[in-house]
Amino acid sequence: MQERRVTIHNPSGLHARPAALLVQTAGKFVSEVQIEKEGKSVDAKSVLGVMSLAIAQGTGVIIRANGADEAEAVTAIAEIIEQGLGESN
Amino acid sequence: MSKLRAVLVQELIDALNMTVFTPDADMQRRITTVDINRPGLALAGYLRYHAAERVQLLGRTELSFLQGMEAREQALRVFAFCSYEQTPCVILARGLTPPDALVREASARGLAMLGTHMVTTRAAAILSTFLEERLAPETLVHGVLVDVYGIGILITGSSGIGKSETALELVKRGHRLVADDAVVIRQISDNTLVGSPPPLLQYLLEIRGVGVLNAMTLFGAGAVRTYKKVVVVIHLEAWRDDMPYDRLGIDEQTVRILDTEIPSLTIPVRPGRNLAVIIEVAAMNHRLKQIGYNAAQVFADQLSQAINEQDD
Repeated sequence: MQERRVTIHNPSGLHARPAALLVQTAGKFVSEVQIEKEGKSVDAKSVLGVMSLAIAQGTGVIIRANGADEAEAVTAIAEIIEQGLGESN
Repeated sequence: MSKLRAVLVQELIDALNMTVFTPDADMQRRITTVDINRPGLALAGYLRYHAAERVQLLGRTELSFLQGMEAREQALRVFAFCSYEQTPCVILARGLTPPDALVREASARGLAMLGTHMVTTRAAAILSTFLEERLAPETLVHGVLVDVYGIGILITGSSGIGKSETALELVKRGHRLVADDAVVIRQISDNTLVGSPPPLLQYLLEIRGVGVLNAMTLFGAGAVRTYKKVVVVIHLEAWRDDMPYDRLGIDEQTVRILDTEIPSLTIPVRPGRNLAVIIEVAAMNHRLKQIGYNAAQVFADQLSQAINEQDD
C-alpha cells in the first residue's frame, strides 16, 4: 500500500470540475484508490464519493492506493492535485 | 452530403391539387427557390429586377390590371412576362380565369399556367410552406431515430454496436420507432432538424439473427412514427478503459448535422449496461433541463456552497 498527504490548492476547493478530473485520473489505474479527509475515506474513482467530502482550499487529504500500480497511482494523483487539477492557481 | 434540391412543376400540381390551364406546357421545369413573386411591376413593364426564377403568383390585383389594358399592350406585356425560360410556372389564385392572351402565350412558351381556389395570400403561404419543406437541405445519416417520451433521439454508433436492438427494446417499452439504419434528416428551419425513414424502409427494423421486422405490424400503430424532430444525438461506442467518459454532465457536447448543432451524449456500451433504460433516462433528463432543472448543475452549486461554508 502506498499513501501520501497532499493539500488542495484550488481557490474554490474541490468543486465539481476538479473533482471529476481527479476521478478520471484515479480511474486510469487498476489499483484501489482512496482519498481521505478528516478520517472519512471514499473511493477516488467515484465522482459522487469524492464530491461528498466537500474539500475546501487548504485542506489536507491522504491519497491511498492498493494494488499492482499503487505507486504510480499515488504519484499521478498527487501530481495532478499539485498542478491545480486543470485550474490555474 | 446536402445537395441542392428542386421541386418539379408536376409535383407542385399533384401536391396542391392545382388546375392546369396549359396541358401542353413543360411540367418538368424545376423550382429551386422557396421565394414567390407577385409580378405586378413586371406586368407593368418594369423588368429590370424581375425575379423570373421564382414561382409567379397572380391575384385579383394583377389580373384586373392586365384586363384593364388595351389588347396590343396586354399582348406585349404578356409576351415579355412569359419569355423567361427560368420561370417555373405561373399560378392564378382565387379560382380566377386567366385572359386568353396569357394562356396562349404561356402555352406557346411551354410555361405552365396553373390555378388554385385559394385566396392569394393564403396561396402564397401554402406555397411557401410546401416549397420550404421540399427544398430543405437534406442528408442521410447512419443511425436509428426513436421518439422517447416525446424527445426525438438519434442513436448513432458503428455497425453491430446494438443500435437496432436498443430501438427494439425501446419500442417494447412503449416508445416509438421512426427510422432504423438510415435516417433522412432535413433542416426545415434554422435550428430544426426533422428525421424520417427513406420511403422503402418505413416501419422496418433489422435485428441480426432474426431478420427484417415490421414494427408497425408487430407492435401496432402506436409503436411507430413517420417523422420526428431530432433533439438529442446519443452516440454508442464500445467501452474503452482509457477514454474519459463524462461523469458530471455539466458540459453539454454537441454534434453538427447540416447547419444545426444538436446536443449529444456518448454512451459507452458494456455487457450489463441496459442501453434502453439509459436512453430513457437521458431523454427524461433532457426534458428536465429544457424545463429548467439541471441536476448536475444544481449539485455542483450545492457542493461549491458547502465548500465555501467550510472556509468561513
